[in-house]
Amino acid sequence: MTDFDITSPNRDGMGPQGTKVGLLRVLGPAHVWALGVGIVLVGEYMGWNFAVGKGGAYAALIACWFAGVLYTCVAMIDSEVTSTVAAAGGQYTQAKHVVGPLMAFNVGLYLVFAYTMLEAANAITIGFLLDTVAVMSGHEGLDQRPFIVLAIMFLAWLNYRGVLATLTFSLVITAIAFSAIIILFLVTSPLFGSDVLRHDALMTDLPYGWLGVLAAMHFGLWFYLGIEGTTQAAEEVRSPARALPFGTLAGIMTLLIAATLTWYVSVGLMPWEYLGQSGVPLFDAARMSGSTSLMVLLGIGTLFATLASANGCINDSSRAWFAMGRDNYLPAWFGAVHPVYRTPYRAIIFLIPIALIFALGAPLDQVITFSILSGLLGYTFVSINIIMFRRKWPLGSIKRGFEHPFHPVPAIVLLCLCSITYFAVFLGYGTQLVAMIGFYITVSLWFHFWRYRFVKRAAQFTMPWPRPKGY
Amino acid sequence: MTMWILAEYTAWGLSGLFGLIIVIDWFRTDSTYSEDVLMSSQEGELEAMTEEHILERAEK
Repeated sequence: MTDFDITSPNRDGMGPQGTKVGLLRVLGPAHVWALGVGIVLVGEYMGWNFAVGKGGAYAALIACWFAGVLYTCVAMIDSEVTSTVAAAGGQYTQAKHVVGPLMAFNVGLYLVFAYTMLEAANAITIGFLLDTVAVMSGHEGLDQRPFIVLAIMFLAWLNYRGVLATLTFSLVITAIAFSAIIILFLVTSPLFGSDVLRHDALMTDLPYGWLGVLAAMHFGLWFYLGIEGTTQAAEEVRSPARALPFGTLAGIMTLLIAATLTWYVSVGLMPWEYLGQSGVPLFDAARMSGSTSLMVLLGIGTLFATLASANGCINDSSRAWFAMGRDNYLPAWFGAVHPVYRTPYRAIIFLIPIALIFALGAPLDQVITFSILSGLLGYTFVSINIIMFRRKWPLGSIKRGFEHPFHPVPAIVLLCLCSITYFAVFLGYGTQLVAMIGFYITVSLWFHFWRYRFVKRAAQFTMPWPRPKGY
Repeated sequence: MTMWILAEYTAWGLSGLFGLIIVIDWFRTDSTYSEDVLMSSQEGELEAMTEEHILERAEK
């Protein structure tokens, strides 16, 4: 427990540990929802449909719901732990307090890589979308690079200027993109008299059997990949114990609805052989519906979903990098906060060129695979983390904003689904999986034998908790 | 020059502008404030205050 005067006039009222400039607590549950759903919703607009190509329409639905269970477990567990460990860095900070420094260092890197790669992939997609629009308007050979760079620079500037404006922007464009999916469903649904959906003619059995279902799991993750990013807002929400569980759980419910509606409309409009290769499936679905208004709406939805995702990724990767710098896991220089805008400005600046290099120089599928694999390693950590968290600090020993039900069932289910997904990823991207694990082992050795000597070991544990059980 | 080529040049220009704004503000901030202020952020401020208030209330 702290032993100094928190009302001291020498402090700025933010707290008892000497913070002169810190991140600003201005966000509410709606911003948390926008951060989580905003990062993910682009997966509904594109990418998920490769699951259809791997195993057919029903395989994609099975993958959609199994991945939904996986991410519901992640959302519930994250809601409990983050509402308690309410600090920037999200799962990195959880790992630091619950597991240990080496795990925290790895989790921090998973987060930064997953979000920075996803940001780069989104920027590439924005270039592709504008090229598509240019071709439709009769202009061939558009140079996509200036639009890719502009997307990253504009969103980085927005993030630099303040978190409230950044996530309010995300809230508006995410709400529009989500509404577009609902409108597409309502307009094409037989419930409202339309007869464009042809499920009876287009649905087939599993073309590649159950192996196809397994392979589809890899891309089933796209429906929800990134919802765990809500935890990065922990140090900037006004009420962590309320806003984080509320925003995160509302987010996963939104995505379960959006994912199911997306699958239902798309497989009812396109044969699985075509849908499985489509670059922009929801936009194509709108085109197949025959409505120009829907086509424009879903085109705007695709662009907004991509922008919201890149925006949330910059927000999250910079918070993780900042938190690691603040703890000296990386050079402390990154732990600075802008005195006017109250953002981790050096972390934001540092990650701009990295995102640009990947966006301009790496192929999209490799960039996304690196992001998915980093995310998957993070989910595996989450299941181990909650078991250790409950064991060290049982219910009743510390205050929790949310207590997830049926423990340890969600943790075990999550671990099992992660194992299945590793195998599914190995089937398609085995080399990348092995290369990436090799990379994390190498940087772990660097951290253990060199970097950890710079870490202020006592200062990094800030939560005013009792001693863990058994220690 | 078509609209799309103009859009390409505009995008390059705006990208440079956003980059310039960020870099200028970065140098201005770093030269105006001390590192002690910029890097004073500590994790767990709110939680420590909340616990402290509960402790005070409990003592009363």
